[in-house]
Amino acid sequence: MVALLVCLVVILGVVIALAYAERKVAAFIQDRLGPTEVGPYGMFQAIIDVVKLLQKEDIIPTVADKNLFRLAPIIIFAAVLAGFAVVPVSPDLIASGAEVGIFFLLSIVSLDVIGLLMAGWGSNNKYAVLGAMRSVGQIVSYEIPAGLAILSAIMICQSLNLQEISFQQGILLNQFAGLENEKNYLFGLKALQIDVTQVGGITTWNIVRMPFLMVSFIVYYIASLAECNRAPFDIPEAESELVAGFHVEYSGFRFAALFLAEYTMMVLVCLVATILFLGSWNTPLPNLGPLKLATWTTSTPGTIVANLWGFFWLMSKVSILLLSQIWLRWTYPRMRVDQLMQLCWKILIPVSLGMVLLAGIWRLLMI
Amino acid sequence: MENNTVNIESKNSFWASVSSLWSGLMLSLRHIRKATKRRNQAYISDKDYFAQKEGLVTLKYPYEAIPVPDNGRYRLHNEIDDCIVCDLCAKICPVNCIEIESIKATEEIGITSDGTKKRLYAPKFDIDLAKCCYCGLCTTVCPTDCLTMTKVYDFPEVDIKNMIYHFTDLTPEQAREKQLLFEQQQAAKKK
Ligand code: SF4
Ligand code: SF4
Repeated sequence: MVALLVCLVVILGVVIALAYAERKVAAFIQDRLGPTEVGPYGMFQAIIDVVKLLQKEDIIPTVADKNLFRLAPIIIFAAVLAGFAVVPVSPDLIASGAEVGIFFLLSIVSLDVIGLLMAGWGSNNKYAVLGAMRSVGQIVSYEIPAGLAILSAIMICQSLNLQEISFQQGILLNQFAGLENEKNYLFGLKALQIDVTQVGGITTWNIVRMPFLMVSFIVYYIASLAECNRAPFDIPEAESELVAGFHVEYSGFRFAALFLAEYTMMVLVCLVATILFLGSWNTPLPNLGPLKLATWTTSTPGTIVANLWGFFWLMSKVSILLLSQIWLRWTYPRMRVDQLMQLCWKILIPVSLGMVLLAGIWRLLMI
Repeated sequence: MENNTVNIESKNSFWASVSSLWSGLMLSLRHIRKATKRRNQAYISDKDYFAQKEGLVTLKYPYEAIPVPDNGRYRLHNEIDDCIVCDLCAKICPVNCIEIESIKATEEIGITSDGTKKRLYAPKFDIDLAKCCYCGLCTTVCPTDCLTMTKVYDFPEVDIKNMIYHFTDLTPEQAREKQLLFEQQQAAKKK
């Protein structure tokens, strides 16, 4: 219960900061100032917006299917929030160290689709239905390349447990129960005989352990953009065609829940990308001879300092990914539905299938 | 037919797409990098109005404002001393936001600055600037040029009633007095 509350508060904080960052970055790209009035540099604008939304009237259209309409935002938010349960935030902190970690995460987040359909159908509004259908079609198709890209990373790590995957990508490798005798070789190739277990840093990240995972990472990144309905894949909520898509009828608290769920989803997919490909909570600085950069920026596990370092590195990597998502959104125009599906089925899926094959072969070279 | 077609070189190769996506990203990054600068808020007559190519364009309005030219046409002003209460402005106004009442004077009350004789008092001369669409028609028909537009454009009010501007120079008592005088004169004439 306490973990849930802490989690909620942290997520809310990150999401609000993200909403503010989005508006500022958008403004700067478009040569505007962005929010400036509430607090220094308009910092509290997003908080005020949420407070405003919470005070607003909760309007339910008379012809809507009331139960579906009421339940949908809660299901969407709960599905996304549940995903955080298996995400490690530092060497010692994880809500649930489930062995099936990433598998649970993928399946529970997919529940989101049901919520979207309920919202769209329950609104009894043609734009909402269209938006929901597009959204569901998009999410269901993009889950395949995303899942395959994740699979290639999992094949390298041989584990579904996100905490175990995290430990594998740094100098703390041997501290994890069951991995005491493991060794990390440069590029994962045992034949090279360069042991980097104690070097750590960026040399043990998954995208360096298996350099071709970079491709998987890009595939996952694109697919995850589509999964959280971000531009250039925001056709489900295309403001210029569908007004706002599935949430067009929502207002007040329910709209706030949908809005927060969307940003929470962004944070979640970036967390997964970081954990699977970019070294999770491990430091990017390697130990270079007498310069024990990695050891200094990791500290001994179990101490508060170590947890703070872990949280810091994880959050910095996630923030960079989040900023890049915002940057993409305000640079690229929206794709058409057919282009979107073409990208998914004709390019991303074959590429990610190839990556799965390659990851299998690479794994053989690692042992 | 041939002349109407535009040939856009189609770039479908993978690397061409990547480089075009990349140049898009760099473009927006350039704008972020220039975001520390702000454009100088000059009026269009300024010679470097079009020369400024980078920096933020936003004008922080209540704190800053672009200067308005001297012949800016915004809030109406009536120089009531020069008004002959001819009612032309009220008639031409497309939104009927000018209300004028008139009282005939018993004698000539004066002369406007352009030499027209005044024979009417205006106990009521109200312009509802909340309704006004600033078309300026009333100022063009005014025979004595007493109704003009000024360069003041920032005059919001909390109570919309305050948007009605009263231009009369008579108090209600004076107006009643003038009305009485006129009625007495009419009665005297009839006898
Ligand atoms: S400017 Fe136009 S709308 Fe305003 S009072 Fe004059 S005639 Fe009427
Ligand atoms: S047109 Fe001019 S002179 Fe005539 S009533 Fe209007 S303001 Fe007065």
